Amino acid sequence: MSTHSMDQSQPLNGLPKPLLELRDLAITFKTNNGDVPAVRNAHLTIMPGETVAIVGESGSGKSTTALAAIGLLPANGAVSGGSIIFDGEDITHASEKRIVELRGSSIGMVPQDPMSNLNPVWKIGFQVKETLKANGLPHTAKDIAQVLSEAGLPDAAERANQYPHEFSGGMRQRALIAIGLSCRPRLLIADEPTSALDVTVQRQILDHLDRMTDELGTAVLLITHDLGLAAERAHKVVVMYKGQVVESGPALEILTNPQHPYTRKLVESAPSLASRRIEAAKSLGLEDSDELLAAHPDGVRTENVIEVKHLSKVFKLRGALGKSTDFKAVDDVSFSIPRGTTTAVVGESGSGKSTVARMVLGLEKATEGQILFDGVDITTLDRRKMFNFRRRVQPIFQDPYGSLDPMYNIFRTIEEPLRVHGIGNSKSREKKVRELLDQVSLPASMMRRYPNELSGGQRQRVAIARALALDPEVVICDEAVSALDVLVQAQILNLLADLQSELGLSYLFITHDLAVVRQIADEVCVMQKGRIVETGSTDDVFDNPQQEYTKALLAAIPGAGLVLPPEVA
Amino acid sequence: MAGYVLRRFLQLIPVFLGATLLLYFLVFSLPGDATAAICGEKGCTPAVEASLRAQYNLDQPFWMQYLLYLKGVLTFDLGTNFAGREIATIIAEVFPTTAKLAVMALVFEAVFGIVFGLFAGLRKGKIFDSTVLVVSLVVISVPIFVLGFLMQFVFGVKLAWTNPTVSGDASFTELLLPAIVLGLVSFAYVLRLTRTSVIENANADYVRTATAKGLSRPRVVTVHILRNSMIPVATFLGADLGALMGGAIVTEGIFNVNGVGNTLYRAVLNGEAPVVVSIVTVLILIFCLANLLVDLLYAWLDPRIRYA
Repeated sequence: MSTHSMDQSQPLNGLPKPLLELRDLAITFKTNNGDVPAVRNAHLTIMPGETVAIVGESGSGKSTTALAAIGLLPANGAVSGGSIIFDGEDITHASEKRIVELRGSSIGMVPQDPMSNLNPVWKIGFQVKETLKANGLPHTAKDIAQVLSEAGLPDAAERANQYPHEFSGGMRQRALIAIGLSCRPRLLIADEPTSALDVTVQRQILDHLDRMTDELGTAVLLITHDLGLAAERAHKVVVMYKGQVVESGPALEILTNPQHPYTRKLVESAPSLASRRIEAAKSLGLEDSDELLAAHPDGVRTENVIEVKHLSKVFKLRGALGKSTDFKAVDDVSFSIPRGTTTAVVGESGSGKSTVARMVLGLEKATEGQILFDGVDITTLDRRKMFNFRRRVQPIFQDPYGSLDPMYNIFRTIEEPLRVHGIGNSKSREKKVRELLDQVSLPASMMRRYPNELSGGQRQRVAIARALALDPEVVICDEAVSALDVLVQAQILNLLADLQSELGLSYLFITHDLAVVRQIADEVCVMQKGRIVETGSTDDVFDNPQQEYTKALLAAIPGAGLVLPPEVA
Repeated sequence: MAGYVLRRFLQLIPVFLGATLLLYFLVFSLPGDATAAICGEKGCTPAVEASLRAQYNLDQPFWMQYLLYLKGVLTFDLGTNFAGREIATIIAEVFPTTAKLAVMALVFEAVFGIVFGLFAGLRKGKIFDSTVLVVSLVVISVPIFVLGFLMQFVFGVKLAWTNPTVSGDASFTELLLPAIVLGLVSFAYVLRLTRTSVIENANADYVRTATAKGLSRPRVVTVHILRNSMIPVATFLGADLGALMGGAIVTEGIFNVNGVGNTLYRAVLNGEAPVVVSIVTVLILIFCLANLLVDLLYAWLDPRIRYA
């Protein structure tokens, strides 16, 4: 799929004819507030064997468009105009029977979230089997194992007898890919197939998907919010914004010469591409990458505000019959955060990076080692001193939906830490909250609103304001931007950088996303299986990775293989 | 798994001891003199009263009475009631009738509750759903004795489809009406529980994926929606079995069923501690076993739950 077959995308006298065509498609949702148009005038053509990516942020209508093609719109949604033509047949208003015939055998789907898309009460094998059976294919244990191993699942025969909860996220996604491709569909709809996975797993799975669809000659409709990923994997890219197709064309063309203002913004802020930009700029001799991205103030690297020495954490895992085994989540980890700078801890899920963050926050007891904050070991603090320490180190968590109390309005959320620590009176606290909202660029009118009325980006701003309420010296960001769309992500990263130079904050940035690290961190620690395998300045680690693991992580950033002309920057 | 079941059985021992002690104390504390109930209006001579007290250990202090009762239980001698009948015989006589009634009620509420709940959930907001919701609300809010007498009058007296009361044999057809009355309230709960659960699961991602795989609608509904929706319903039904066994007092009263409820009611009036304690203890054990059954069923329905 990485080669561009231009001949296929230009129909020559009716040959070859498109596999899927969406003509002026319009989709409307019925809500309590009347009809809401979700998609308008969507145009899309997929040739047999071709990969087309729809790119856009959440709410842009990209998933809705794709789901319409397979008749899976939610109950309150309906096609209100235009037509869907699959292999020459108009299926816009096809009967339920016809759609059921097409599903699985002609059009397969790989859904977004591997955690919620397998039925938890049935074995994996059963869920593969019923797919084969429903589409009239042989479904013996051997066939099932065959299908699963094709998708890269090791020990497929035994694995088929396990339940979804016994699988990791990556394995579940492989099972879902196996199901999606099991009946050899001619078109596969892959809806953000890897957005819930670590970058390295993401790469393996996408590579595998590429190979399989290549071999089988399956056309792929890839839905993603990551432009870098789309450009790397697809022949054609369709950019959607607010329910409309704003731009479409060959992937590289869109990337290098975006026409629509939204596409341009998307290209500028895609983190995976931003990293490439820095490299491109460097190769042109523009060493000062600080100009490209917000920088930390100079001359503040005086002392280490936090020093972590030989930190270890052992969890007891409960085994059968009361026996417990030790699991070393964090193993002899040492690093430091110079005042006013950002240190990033990178690793896949399960590498122990979040446990490190929790220990530095004093939320988890360290098994061994020291955490020095301003030279004082926080592992030995009594409750009173701990309370004061908490004031100076504040967290921002990943999930802006889960970490704000839905029953507290924004004012109360931000004011709470001030009240808990007995700072000021109600008047001065209100003034402080107004200042904080101003710092994170939210209007003061936001104070009386509740979290459910805010967007993800706005919530994360509230979380930042709450973290800053106590004038902390260190802010610990645990995957603080991972749940956000690229554009919002870029805004929040800029905000964090601005606040750093303004207030002299130090950040400990926990993330699995190396592209984000490149934009914000001064120092990087790469963690694998509880240990720090590589550490150094961001530029050193990115330009000259020493460890195989770091190289694998870097190579896994979507878009890393793209050759991007420097003028894009 | 076997270890888990064994441990659950061992837990029955403290439950049994605690329950009997508490029950014995409660009946002991009831106001009134038990011998007065035996002797009736005329009263007995002091000598007869004293011998009665000695016969039923009523002259002993509370602890002694309780320990004597426990000794009886352990030697499989539950003693007699004040009328001189073996308590064990009474239990053997009344429990099968009530068990039959309870199981019939359970089957009724499970089958109709799940079927109606499933269709209401799949047609959320439609006319069938709204009707069923209103009817179930009425059933829940009207007291059971009102419904009981009403149905007895309509089906038993007016239409004469069945006997208004149950005879000593308690045949299947005779028990049908009482069983429906007994299961009616739980039927409404099962229906609502199933409906909510189905609505929730019908919107789950894996249901959409199952549809995308090319499965037919009936298969998606039975295999992927219904089975997952049964988990909370099974919990409710299991706990309800115990409640149905003990809670049939009103229904048994209305239809004159010679079951556990009626016997228990009379024993409480007479202050017959050994009878009350014996019957309630059996009910408690049934309740515990039903709960164990539910937990095992739960693990079977949801493979994520494992007991060790």
